[in-house]
Amino acid sequence: MCLGVPGRVVAIEGHTATVDFWGVRRQVLLDIVDEPVSVGDYVLNHVGYAIRRIPDDEIAETLALFEAVLAGQESGDLLADGVRSEIAGTGAGGDGDA
Amino acid sequence: MATPDREGPFREAAFRDPARASAMSGAIAKAVSALGRSPVTVMHVCGSHEQAIAKYGLRAVLPRELHVIMGPGCPVCVTDAPEVDEGVALALQGAHVATYGDMLRVPGSSLSLADAQAEGARVHLVYSVDQAVGLARRIRGEVVFFATGFETTAVATAAAVSRGVPSNFSILCAHKYIPPAMDVVAGIPGSKVEGFLAAGHAATITGWSVFEPFVARHRLPVVVAGFEPLDILAALLRAVERIRAGSPRVDNVYPRCVTKDGNRRAQEAMWRVFERADGRWRGIGEVPGGSLRLREAFGGLDARRRFAIDATGLPARTPRPDAAQCLCGAIMSGIASPGDCPLYADACTPEHPVGACMVSSEGTCRIWHEYGGHPDLGDIT
Ligand code: SF4
Repeated sequence: MCLGVPGRVVAIEGHTATVDFWGVRRQVLLDIVDEPVSVGDYVLNHVGYAIRRIPDDEIAETLALFEAVLAGQESGDLLADGVRSEIAGTGAGGDGDA
Repeated sequence: MATPDREGPFREAAFRDPARASAMSGAIAKAVSALGRSPVTVMHVCGSHEQAIAKYGLRAVLPRELHVIMGPGCPVCVTDAPEVDEGVALALQGAHVATYGDMLRVPGSSLSLADAQAEGARVHLVYSVDQAVGLARRIRGEVVFFATGFETTAVATAAAVSRGVPSNFSILCAHKYIPPAMDVVAGIPGSKVEGFLAAGHAATITGWSVFEPFVARHRLPVVVAGFEPLDILAALLRAVERIRAGSPRVDNVYPRCVTKDGNRRAQEAMWRVFERADGRWRGIGEVPGGSLRLREAFGGLDARRRFAIDATGLPARTPRPDAAQCLCGAIMSGIASPGDCPLYADACTPEHPVGACMVSSEGTCRIWHEYGGHPDLGDIT
């Protein structure tokens, strides 16, 4: 029930996207996705809803973060990584809970 | 936006890179040995994390001193028996009850929904809440959606409600909200948990800042993690480093999906429809603020108001005599592991499950049974 799965959008019709998950295609609703989605985008999906458009540059950023995590371990320097993960947030402020 | 080369059809494959994984595993071993004590216990709270850890055999590349355990992260397992009873009673009263697959076989205090189905009740499996809404549009009878699961599923229920549902559709709400359950588990006297991994998809909705009050209260680090092997290894490394440095805070190692504030649009949908309430989690007990209920404005959709649900008349069921030995509650609290249960893989199997943890594909016992939870490749290499 609780699987969050990323897939690639192959078609969009109104509020519904057809998403390819490692070769399996499924209809996914776009009602609550965080940003506008287009064909070719990757989206994180959960029980029939896209919950996040995964921007291309965020992939590189996550991989870079992993390098930093590894490097931080080498040097024991947590601070630099702390700053980095701070930057990973939106920085918009406010409480995530409403 | 320009489309960069995606390294094959699925970018996520980058997060399964063996070279990086082995570097990560070496770094974890170093960090744990620098800590110089055993065990170091990190709890995750998500069935998908356990599935990934077991499926990819990640425990085999972790130092023995590092115990990675699963807390109350299986939505099916934490659905309380009286909630299942309500669903069963509604089904036996003649409503069409639609729910997610694994809910079918979870025992209530009387029957399971599968038992009710065998007795002729109309129980439907759905992949999404919208299938339940579609069912209500197609048929005349009352359709009750037995809504279980955490934030991520609650958001879907809320979105369907916001889009509009037919008048013969209602909701038996058993949605749960994870952060308060982390409070309860962290507060268990004698708890050995020194850090938490938070579920990346739930945090995609709530944002990582939702865990800041928890860190302040318990002085325990929380690392938000995705579900690929590297995501989990990086999160564990970060958690061990935080424990070692004694500087608890929230770290987000899943920035491709999780932001500080999360998905506002999804949060708005969720909090417009639901509000937090006190409630019971199976195996955990009372969790203040750990349940979601429909707001007053959506009371008309509440199956508990629409129907007089009478679960008192359900047939008495004699539990299996060995059921008393089930350790599901202790496992979800982080005090025991499936190997501690005398019934595991013997009297209790996926075909003949005793407890909810063996029923659900997200339950610890079931996942360990399927993949082997603790491959000891360290003995081989
Ligand atoms: S193996 Fe079965 S009986 Fe034992 S704790 Fe798990 S679900 Fe319960």
